Formats: sequence, structure tokens, C-alpha cells
Amino acid sequence: MISVQDVEVVFNPGTPLENRALRGLTLDIPQGQWVTVIGSNGAGKSTLLNALSGAAPLHDGRILIDHRDVTRWPIHKRAGLAARVFQDPLAGTCERLTVEENMALALRRGGLRGLRRALVGGERESLRDGLARLGLGLEDRLDDRMGLLSGGQRQAVSLLMATLAPMRILLLDEHTAALDPRTAELILRLTRDLVRERSLTTLMVTHSMRQALDLGDRTVMLHEGKVALDIQGSEREGMTVQGLLAEFARQRGEDLDDDKLLLG
Amino acid sequence: MSLIAFLGAVETGLIFGLVALGVYLSFRILDFPDLTVDGSFPLGGAVAATAIVSGWDPFLATGLAMVCGAGAGAVTALLNTRLKILHLLASILTMIALYSINLRIMGRPNVALLMEPTVFSMVEGPGMPPRAWMIPAALLVVVVVCLLVFNLFMASRAGLAMRATGANPRMAGAQGVATGSVIVLGMAMSNALVALAGALFAQSQGGADVTMGVGVIIIGLASVIGGEAIMPTRTVVLASIACILGAILYRTAVALALNADFIGLQAQDLNLITAVLVGLALVLPNSKGAFGRWSKGAFGRRIRTRGGARGAKS
Repeated sequence: MISVQDVEVVFNPGTPLENRALRGLTLDIPQGQWVTVIGSNGAGKSTLLNALSGAAPLHDGRILIDHRDVTRWPIHKRAGLAARVFQDPLAGTCERLTVEENMALALRRGGLRGLRRALVGGERESLRDGLARLGLGLEDRLDDRMGLLSGGQRQAVSLLMATLAPMRILLLDEHTAALDPRTAELILRLTRDLVRERSLTTLMVTHSMRQALDLGDRTVMLHEGKVALDIQGSEREGMTVQGLLAEFARQRGEDLDDDKLLLG
Repeated sequence: MSLIAFLGAVETGLIFGLVALGVYLSFRILDFPDLTVDGSFPLGGAVAATAIVSGWDPFLATGLAMVCGAGAGAVTALLNTRLKILHLLASILTMIALYSINLRIMGRPNVALLMEPTVFSMVEGPGMPPRAWMIPAALLVVVVVCLLVFNLFMASRAGLAMRATGANPRMAGAQGVATGSVIVLGMAMSNALVALAGALFAQSQGGADVTMGVGVIIIGLASVIGGEAIMPTRTVVLASIACILGAILYRTAVALALNADFIGLQAQDLNLITAVLVGLALVLPNSKGAFGRWSKGAFGRRIRTRGGARGAKS
């Protein structure tokens, strides 16, 4: 489903600030797999998501989504294949638009936006049903401006919006990192339900190793712009955070500073 | 103030209401501070006047003016989105270029329309109510049609995409909106409205002049801010109506001030008064103390603070 081939991303090339964020990263993800991505700061986690969504242009390499070479596709064209939830709860929704307008916008992701009315037929009702499922009482607030909702509520709506229109892959960029523990738990539960229910091919970046091992089917650890560890199946079943660190040290021949990763 | 002076203020107010609607679209909806307006307003006047003088039908001439205005807006937007020139600077470049272009179009600094047919000719003449009544009435019809089209568009899928592009471009992109193209479309629409206003202004005032655009952006902005001060603008429909009311209010206030001899103000003070008023409206909501708190209610809007707040967040 997703094929990342020898991808290099360089920020500020040829300047003193040059930063080689991805250095020949290769990763293949089959249909329906849920991959969790971990790594220390600067390992290239977010850059990988940006490369997939089109926000970070590639210096070298290719990206295929659903057997289509999307390397040169702009962000808005890739949005038809890839839905995304940002880390910042305020980034994924538009505070000056109402809840309904935000969702109407997401409903047409990847489609043409003509002069027809934003919502037609029973679409408003189906959006209301979707909101009701969140269990946050938002189904009665379709006409409220998004800015009136809390960060957690907005992130829940962002997640719902990401799954409204058909898409091939779901990109989650530390989407619970900016939330309080209880809200984060709620968003994670929603994520699990949505991803499992529709067998979405998902790439989830997290800074918590515990979360990375608990959720999904496969865990990939990035280090210095490359895949350092890639575990799944039985190998992943019994893996602990300490085991992951030890495995990393064994393979790389170097110790990973514990402080760089969140162990919890 | 006499009735005729009042009707004159309403007349220009309605025309500048179209400018305000265009400015609302660029400043508020697209978050694109657009000074092209100072060039596209006289562009509309110049194109319409020149076309009418060379024998065009006034309605076709006005349409042509709108097309030219749309082109000017698109140029500004393309300078910004494709060539990555800062939005404000891009609009200033287009505005400066338009000064020369307007002189070229007219072939001289001004074109008179005194004996020519205009779009207002059909509501003038013997057997009709007086001109001072009919021109504002005709303009009211134009403004209502523009408001209707504007709001129908903003409620459509494309309109929603445009509003999201201005409010949160990152989110809009992630939802598959081609933000660059949307900005070009929005800026074209905005400047088409402004050029329409310029064309109507030239026809109602009896001619186009290359300097007629000076300060138009500030009048448009003053109308937008004034409109927001006098009524709630929670939705696009309300905000667009507020623009028109703000423009009429502004022109009426100016007419009152100029008519009140005891203040000692004269026509040449107009731009100074406008600048002071707009400056106060931008600063007061952020000032401390009782007056600041009061004015937050009256002018509690974001032109000054928004850019900063947005930049800090992203």
C-alpha cells in the first residue's frame, strides 16, 4: 500500500543550516497494516509523515501509495489518498468555521469543489450521527464555531474528519501528544475503533515507546533518518520497552540515550 | 445636511460598499492584505470610461472593467503564490504598475463622460423621478445582486474551501484544497468587485481620473471595520451586509463632517480624517484602561492583532 524507497529529505541544502532529515529511508507497508513509528528527536518521524503527505519535498527517492507514484504530487492532490491528523489540535480544524462547515470540507477531501451547496440530502444527519459516536455531546453543536470547542474535542473531530472521505492511508502525527492524559486516552480509543473497524492502513508517529508497542501491528524505530529497528509478529508480542532499547543497542552497536525517548 | 447631500452620500456609500465587500473578501476571508485595490478601482473607471467613449455599450464596458479588475487581482495573487513575493509587497507592485497602465488605457490623466450614455442613462431623463433618487435606487439593486451572488458562493463547496484557505491554509491543504488556485480565484473576485465599483463611480461622477484610486483601500477598510462595529458579524452573511452598511455610514459621516462648517473641515482633509479614524479603530481595542475596555466591545476586531496571533500559533 505504502512504499517508501530510498527517500532523502534535506532541509536548507547548501547552507550552514543544512539538515539531512531522511537519509535513504526505505519502508514498505502492506494494505491494512497499522504501523507505529518511534524515534528520538530529529530521527525523522515527522519528516517521514510530511514526505508522505507532500509537505516535505523529496531530495531523492520515490514514494508509492496504492501503486501510484506520488513523488511529484502536491499536497492537495495527495490528500485524496492520504488523510492526516496533526499533533496540534488547533491545526487540523478551522476555528472560524462551524463544526458542520469543517466536516463538510473534510467530506469532499479529494473530490471536486464546485458551486453546489456544501451539504446536500441527508449528509447533515450522517455527520450528526458520526459526532454522536464520539460521546462528547458534539452532535448538538453543529452550528457552533470550531473555536468554541476545547483542544480535546477539536482533536476528536479532526480524527473523525480524517475518516469521513474515502482514503488509502491514515497519517497520525503524535496526535495525542498535546492532550491531557484522559483526553489522550479517549482519542486513542477512538483511533483504535476507527482504524480496526475499517482496516485502515495507518502510520502513527508517537513519542511513547509503551504506546508504540501496545497499539498497532508493527513498530518501526527511526534513527538518524533511517529505519533502525523494524519488528512485528511474534517478535513484537513479547517485546518490552527495555527489550526494545537493548535490541537497538545490539543492532546499532551503540547505546541509545534513554533520555531521548519517552519510556512511559 | 440637505437631502441631496444625504442622497449623494448614500450613492457613493453604496458604490464603496462594493469596494468594502471586495476588501472583506481579501482581508478577512483570505487574510491577504491587498493594496491592489488602489489600482484596480481607477482601472475599473478607466476601462469603463474609455470603452464608453469609444462607443461601447455601457453595460459591456462595465463588464469589461470587471474582467480587467479580476486580471489585476489574479496578477497580485500569482506574484504571491507562484513567485513567493510577500503578499503586501506583491499587491503594491501591481498597484504601482496599474498607475501606468491606467494612464495608457485612457491615453491621458482623465476621461470625461458628461455627454456619454452610462449604465444610469436608463433611469434618467424626462418622466423619471429625479436623478438624485434614481441613481441610489439603481445602485441598491446592483449591491443587493452582488451580495446575493457573494453569499451563495460563500455557502458553496468552493466558497467553503476559500474560507478555510484564508483561516487555516495548512488544514485546507490537508483536506485537498488547492490553496494557491483558491487564492488566485478569491483575489480575482475581490478586485472584480472593486473594479465594478470604480466603473460605476466613474459613470455616476461623470468621468474617470487616474488619481481616483488614492486611499480607496483605506476607505474600504474603514467600511469593513465600521460595519463590524455597528452590528454582529458572526456569519459571512451578516459580515457582508455589515460591509455595505459600514460604507454608507462612513460616507454619511464624512458628508456630515464636511457639511458642518463650525468644525472647519474641508474636502481636502478627507484622507487625513480617514487615516486617523482607521488608525484609532485599529489601536483602541488593544489599548489599556477603561476606554480600551469599552472600545473592545465596540470595535473588538482583529485586523491589528490577528497576523501576530496567528504567526505565534503556527
